[in-house]
Amino acid sequence: MSKTLTRMDLSEAVFREVGLSRNESAQLVESVLNHMSDALVRGETVKISSFGTFSVRDKAARVGRNPKTGEEVPILPRRVLTFRPSHLMKDRVAAGNKTEA
Amino acid sequence: MIRSELIQKIADENPHLFQRDVERIVNAIFEEIIEALSRGDRVELRGFGAFSVKKRDARTGRNPRTGESVEVEEKHVPFFKTGKLLRDRLNGNA
Repeated sequence: MSKTLTRMDLSEAVFREVGLSRNESAQLVESVLNHMSDALVRGETVKISSFGTFSVRDKAARVGRNPKTGEEVPILPRRVLTFRPSHLMKDRVAAGNKTEA
Repeated sequence: MIRSELIQKIADENPHLFQRDVERIVNAIFEEIIEALSRGDRVELRGFGAFSVKKRDARTGRNPRTGESVEVEEKHVPFFKTGKLLRDRLNGNA
C-alpha cells in the first residue's frame, strides 16, 4: 500500500545523512523549502539538476463556467506554478512502479 | 535559482556547517523524494505542495514523423500539485 511522507520523513533522511540533531535537521528542510518558495514568488525558475524544474507561468484572464450550475464566472489573470520532472526522475519513477505483466 | 545557489544560501545561513555537509543535506532531501515516488509513495509538504505518482494507461500512439502506430505501455509519471499557501503567495495574497 502506498503511504504519504511528510516533512518529518525528509528531516529523518537529513538526520541519517549528517549527524545533526533532529531539530536542526527539521529546520534545514524548512529552509530549503522556504528558499525555493521565495525564489518562485520573486518569479524565478528553480532548477534542481537531476530532480526537476519549477517554473512560474502567467495565465491570462478567461471566462470559466461553474460545471454544476452552468453559470459563467470570470477567472482573473493569475500566476501558476508548474513542475517539470527531470528525465532521471521520470525514469526512476517509471522503473520503480513498473507492474510485472 | 539552481541547485548550487540553493546550497550556497543554506551554507551562508549555517556557517557552523561544512559546505560539503550542506551539499549532502540538500541532496538527501531531493533523493528522498525521488525514492518515495519510485516506491509509489506520495510526499506531502504542507504549504509548499505535494509530489505524487500518476498512472498513464497504455495507449496506441503514433510516430508523428511517419504516421506509424506504436503501442505505448502503461507507465507511471511524477506529478506535483502546488500547495495552497504557495499558490496564494504567488498571487500576492499571503
